[in-house]
Amino acid sequence: MPDEIILKVEQLTKRFGGVTAVDQISFQLRKGEFLGVIGPNGSGKTTLINLISGFVKPTSGKIAYRDKDITGKAPYTIACLGISRSFQMVRTFHKLPAFKNLIVPLYSPRVKKFGGGKYGERDDIAIDLLDDLGFERDSAVPYKMAGSLPHGYLKRLDLARCMALRPDLLILDELFSGMAMSEVAATLPVIEKFNREGLTIVMAEHRLKELFRVANRVIVLNFGQKIADGTPKEAMNREEVQKAYLGTEVEG
Amino acid sequence: MAEAVRYRRERIDRGIKARSDTIYTLASYRDMLYLLLPRILPVAMLLCLPLLLGGSYWGKVIFYACIFALLALSWDFMASVGLVSLGQALFFGIGSYVAGGLNFYLKWPMFLTIPAATLGGALICTILLVPVVRLRGVYFSMVTLILPLLFAHLIETLEILGGTYGLLSLTPFPNHWLAVYIAILAVMLVLFGFRKLINEDFGLVLRGIRDDDRVVMAGGINIYWYKAQAIFIASAVGCFAGALMTHYYQFVGRSAFALDYTILPLAGAVVGGPGSFAGATLGTFILVPLSEALRALGGLRMALYGIILIGALAVLPEGIFHYIERKYHQVERDIGI
Repeated sequence: MPDEIILKVEQLTKRFGGVTAVDQISFQLRKGEFLGVIGPNGSGKTTLINLISGFVKPTSGKIAYRDKDITGKAPYTIACLGISRSFQMVRTFHKLPAFKNLIVPLYSPRVKKFGGGKYGERDDIAIDLLDDLGFERDSAVPYKMAGSLPHGYLKRLDLARCMALRPDLLILDELFSGMAMSEVAATLPVIEKFNREGLTIVMAEHRLKELFRVANRVIVLNFGQKIADGTPKEAMNREEVQKAYLGTEVEG
Repeated sequence: MAEAVRYRRERIDRGIKARSDTIYTLASYRDMLYLLLPRILPVAMLLCLPLLLGGSYWGKVIFYACIFALLALSWDFMASVGLVSLGQALFFGIGSYVAGGLNFYLKWPMFLTIPAATLGGALICTILLVPVVRLRGVYFSMVTLILPLLFAHLIETLEILGGTYGLLSLTPFPNHWLAVYIAILAVMLVLFGFRKLINEDFGLVLRGIRDDDRVVMAGGINIYWYKAQAIFIASAVGCFAGALMTHYYQFVGRSAFALDYTILPLAGAVVGGPGSFAGATLGTFILVPLSEALRALGGLRMALYGIILIGALAVLPEGIFHYIERKYHQVERDIGI
């Protein structure tokens, strides 16, 4: 089924005290789609991702993944179902070598179920995954302590960590923030390839030009509310989007 | 005028291949000796010491040092999962009382009470700590600090398990040697076992939890289950130490929950250098004999002990073991500039 609905979000709301970070958001995601989530700072993109991945419990609303209710489930349960997320702020195991960072997801019940992974094999898989993302296997980079790597590498390490879980749905929280242009240019085709191979991707991003090259649909958030949903062109042409988000950029 | 020759100290790392964790191609006997010496020397020394000292007072000190080394190893293991415990006395006390109780009331022989106390005690400790495994940092530490005090007061006020008198005349070890060598073998087994375990994939997950537990959760791993397993392993070691001490003293009392069993292993681990297990062992093997040697000073003992501790931390904050390790792997020479 190409049109299978993989993720269904209904009336999702999260309040932090008096602030409504995510307000009555509903959308559906079909398998193989590449969804961009955009919006100004503080519009609720990260909170939405935290809600879907289980790091934050919703105040009300429902999230269903492949017809299974995952509202309020623990993050590791959701991850084992196949939803993998990256972090906006770099979070790695600083005191482990870069490739050993991937051992943690490779050791999870989800990946163990796929077979393989006897001693030594996990290291090889980790090196393979990192090689795809520009950590050349013959160089010293994959073996260096994660804490000593530059920011762009850490972002890609985080992406590799997500892919190590063999996800069915990949959620990227501002992957490109802090990356150099050359790194963005090198990473974009890799993500595109993942999508072409059938991976469903949700990407919250501030770099619109790069996002619109790969995303075939975007939703726009403002003050926690969804103000537009459609192809990038449609969404950007809506008046409220231009007013809320791009107003100065488009007019000025 | 003769120009003063000035020197700069240069530090060079020794050949990296011999130090690699994964490559085992050793070129010569010298390389092999370089790797083996720091492992074999302490082991040989530890095995010979009881023979040299015999059943004297200092022979007994080796036994105490081993008990505290086990507790320090247990603390270091929990610390490498990010669980900073202030309650090694809980593990020690539970192990002591399980072994003592089984021996006193049910007349179980020693070779049954010690394994039963190790596993059963660890299970009890794990069940006690699982409800607070969601707490992090200082909040977890507070709970571990309170639990042993709670047990000491429960035993005192409810007068259970011998109350303030404790359980007396338990089965002793057949001789001093057996006790000492069981303790020494246990220290080595736990030391090398932990050093191996922490570098396995299981150990990597545990170290990941210490670095950033949210990333581990995002990796699909139930961190609470792994923390519980780590607590079980650490408390089994602590309970074993308690059971061993109970049969050595032939007595168990409220003092098994005393703060000494928390503070001394912790001090040993910190002075020796946490995170390497060898540091924790080295630290206790320095501190325990030191505290015994200071006994002659009477009242001034604790004050002097405190000064030595502060001094050690001020001079070598990384820990004695990490300092020795670094020096061992470096060549130093003076070069003129």
